[in-house]
Amino acid sequence: MSELREFVTFRLNQEYYGINIQNVENIEKVLPITRIPHTIDYVKGVVNLRGIIVPVVDLRARFGLVKKANTDESRIIIVNLDDNKIGMLVDSSSEVLQITDEDIDASPNVKKEFNNEFVKNIGKKNGRIIMLIDLYKVLNIEHSE
Amino acid sequence: MHMDMSQYLEIFIDESKEHLQTMNEILLVLEGDVENLSHLGEIFRVAHTIKGMSGTMGFTKVADLTHKMENVLDLVRNGVLKVDSAIVDVLFECFDALEEYIDNLEKTGKEGDLDSSELVKKLGVIAESKSAAGMGQKKSNIKVETPKVESKPVLEDSDFHISLDDIQSMIHKAFEMGVKPYLIKVTLDPGCMLKAARSFIVFNTLERFGEILKSYPLAEEIEDERFEDSFELLYFSKLDETYTKTELLRISEVANVIVKPLEDIELSLEEKKADVEIDLEHIESKEIDVKAKDENQTKGDKGKTSKTVRVEIGRLDNLMNLVSELIIIKTRLEDLETTNQKSNASGDKNNMNEAIEYLERITTSLHDAVMKVRMVPVERTFNRFPRLVRDLSRELGKNIKLFMSGEETEVDRTVIDEIGDPLIHLIRNSLDHGIESPTEREKLGKEETGFVALRAYPDGNTVVIEVEDDGKGINPDVIKRKAIEKSIISRDEADGMSDKELINLLFKAGFSTVDKVTDLSGRGVGLDVVKSKIEAINGTVEVVSTMGQGSKFVIRLPLTLAIIQALMVNLNEEKFAIPLNNIKEITTIETQNITMVQDQEVVLYRNKTLPIIRMKNVLDIEHDHEDLDELIVVIVKKGDVEAGLVVDSLIGQQEIVIKSLGKYLTGIKAIAGATILGNGSVALIVDPNQLF
Repeated sequence: MSELREFVTFRLNQEYYGINIQNVENIEKVLPITRIPHTIDYVKGVVNLRGIIVPVVDLRARFGLVKKANTDESRIIIVNLDDNKIGMLVDSSSEVLQITDEDIDASPNVKKEFNNEFVKNIGKKNGRIIMLIDLYKVLNIEHSE
Repeated sequence: MHMDMSQYLEIFIDESKEHLQTMNEILLVLEGDVENLSHLGEIFRVAHTIKGMSGTMGFTKVADLTHKMENVLDLVRNGVLKVDSAIVDVLFECFDALEEYIDNLEKTGKEGDLDSSELVKKLGVIAESKSAAGMGQKKSNIKVETPKVESKPVLEDSDFHISLDDIQSMIHKAFEMGVKPYLIKVTLDPGCMLKAARSFIVFNTLERFGEILKSYPLAEEIEDERFEDSFELLYFSKLDETYTKTELLRISEVANVIVKPLEDIELSLEEKKADVEIDLEHIESKEIDVKAKDENQTKGDKGKTSKTVRVEIGRLDNLMNLVSELIIIKTRLEDLETTNQKSNASGDKNNMNEAIEYLERITTSLHDAVMKVRMVPVERTFNRFPRLVRDLSRELGKNIKLFMSGEETEVDRTVIDEIGDPLIHLIRNSLDHGIESPTEREKLGKEETGFVALRAYPDGNTVVIEVEDDGKGINPDVIKRKAIEKSIISRDEADGMSDKELINLLFKAGFSTVDKVTDLSGRGVGLDVVKSKIEAINGTVEVVSTMGQGSKFVIRLPLTLAIIQALMVNLNEEKFAIPLNNIKEITTIETQNITMVQDQEVVLYRNKTLPIIRMKNVLDIEHDHEDLDELIVVIVKKGDVEAGLVVDSLIGQQEIVIKSLGKYLTGIKAIAGATILGNGSVALIVDPNQLF
C-alpha cells in the first residue's frame, strides 16, 4: 500500500521544492513588506495579511542564494507551523503535486553547495525532482513534542 | 483512568476563582457579624462545588481541604457549632491556601507544594470537638421519623441493576475517606405525573448530603422519563442510611425508598482488589517520577492557561448583528460597483457616499462592540481589598473601614491585570502612613474608626479609580524639605512650586517620606513604581490632599489598550508610530548646539541636558552623514528621564490599532508592535521606554 502525499511546490532559481500541504495556509502575491530592524538577515519583514501581521522569510537569503528582485511570478507562501504563521518569499509557486510514498527517498547529497540540512526528502514525479524541505529547520523553529 | 482534563482546566480555574470570590465576601460578612448565618448555605455550597470540581480534575489537595471545610461548615449550618472568630480565622486561612492552589494551577498547571495538612488537621479538630456534642441532637431528630420508614414494604436486594465492577476502587476510596457508599432504590407513586421532576428533586436532595456516582437507568434517561416507576442510584454520603431514607421519603409522590449500605455485599471482594491496586500504584508512582521530569520542562510554556473573558451572550449577539450589517453593506457596495460600470450616472455618486457613511457607522459600532466584549468589571480586582484592609488594620492596630463603590465599572481585561499591584500599594500607603492610630484620632477629635474609600467610575473615554482616606494628609512642607534633602529638586525650584506640585513630588523616584521602614510600605518601592506601572498602561495618577483631613489618589485609566493615539513620523521612506503618551513635546534643535558627553550626544534644552537619540541609528536605517542645520526632535519621557528622538519629518497624530508582531518575532529591540495604516501597509510602533 503506497500512500499519496500532497505537496505545495515552489521554485527558487531552477530548483523545485515542496512543502507538505498540511502546513500551507495560502499562497499570496507579493504584498508590501515592512522591514524589521535588528532581526535575522533572512527575515525580510512583515506584511499585512488581511489584518494580521505576518513575518516574511526570504527563502533565497535563507538558502544562501543570490538576491534577486521580485517578479510578477514571486509569491509569498503562508505556512502555519506550531501556531506560527509565517510567510515564505519564493520565486514562484503554482501547483500541488501528489507523490506516492515509494517515490519519496531520503535526501542524498544532491548538490554540494547547497545546505542539505534543509532538505528532508527527495520526491520524484514525472521525471522531475522535488526537494521536500524541513520547515522546522528552514524557519529555525524548535520542534515541540 | 487517564482522561485528558487539560481542556477543562481553564473552565475550572475561572469557575473556582468566581467561587472563591463569593467565599471571600461571605467570610467577611461572617466575620463582621458572627451571628449572621444567612449566607452559610451559600458558602457551604461553594466549598462543596469546589470540592466536586477539583475531585473530578484530580486536584487532591484542593479537594481534601474543601472537603474538611465542608465538614466544619456543615456542623455550623446544622447549628451544632457556633461561629467564633477562631473558626473564621481558620476558614480565612483555608481560603488563602485555596487561592494559592488555584493560582499555581493557573500558572503551572499544578497545585504546587503548599502543604495544607496543618489546616486540614485544624479543621478536623474543630469538627471533632463539637460533633460529639451534636450527634445526640441529630439522632433524636431522626428517630421520630424512622417508624414511617419501617411501615413501607421492602423489596428484594436482587432488584438492583447497577453494576459495580468498574467503580470498585472508588468505593474503596470512599471507605478510606469515611464516606459510606449506598445503593438506593427510589420508587415513585404509580400515579405520579411528572416523573422527571420528582426524580430531579430526589437527585437534588441527595446531592446536598453527598454525591451520586451512578444511576440506573442513566441520568439522561431518567430526565427523559424513560423508566417505569423506580430508579436506582449509587450514592456516597457521610450520613447514615436512615437519615437519607427519611429525607427522600419527605419528597411527595415518593412511594418507597430502599437504602442499602454497600459494605455487606462487595467489601470482601473489594479489599482483595485494593491490595492489587496498591501494588499497581506503587509501580505507577515510579513511572510518574520519570515523567514528572520532562513534564516540568514542557510545562513551562504549555502549562500556562491563556487569558479568558466571560462574555454576556447579549454582547455577542450585538456583534453578530453588526457583522451581518457589514455583509449587507458589502453587497450594496458590490451592486454599486456593477451599476457604475454599466452607466456612468451621477446619481450613483450620491449612493456611493451614502454607502460609505453607512459603512463608517457600522465600523464604529463594531469597534465599540468588540471593545465591550473585552471589558470586565473592576470587581475582579477590588474583591481582594476587603481582606487586605482587614488583615492590615489588624496588623497595624488601627480600626479601619473600607468603602467600595462602582465595582461594576468596566475596563479592558488587559488593564484589569495591571492595576492590581498599584492599587494594593496605594491602599497600603493609606493604611500605613495616612490613617492615624485610634488614640491619635481621638485626640484630634476624629472618629476612632478611620475610613478608606475605593471608588471606580467611568468618565468619558477613561475610567477613574480613587483611593481616598481620612487620615492625616500630606504635609507639603515635609515633602519640600525631603525633596531638597534628597536633592530631587533644588531650593529655588522648590520655592517656586505650589502645594499641589509639591505633593505630586511624591511620585518622583527615590522619594519616601517615612524614615523607618515598616513591613508594609516603604520597602524602597515607592510611589514612583505605582506611577510608572500606571503610565505603562497609558494611565495617569495624581494626588490631592488636605492637611489633617486626608488624601485622595486619583488614577485615570484608558478604556482599552488596543487603540492608542500616536505620532506618525518619517525616517527616510519608512513610517513609524510613537505613542503619544510617551511624548512630552516636539521641538527643533540646531545641530551646532549638540555636544558630546561620554560618547553620547546631548543638547542643553530648557536648562537641562537632553540626550539626543538618532532614530536612524537605533532602527538600523541608512543615513547620509551630512547633517542638516536644524533637527526635528521628539522629546519623550520615561518616568522623569527625558530624551530627544531625531526624526526626518512629522506626519501627524493618528489613532492606531496595536497589533502584535507574533511569537516568531519576539524581542525586537525598541519595537513595541505594529499597526496597519490606511493604505494597508504596516508601520512599526516605537517603544521609547526601550531606548534609554
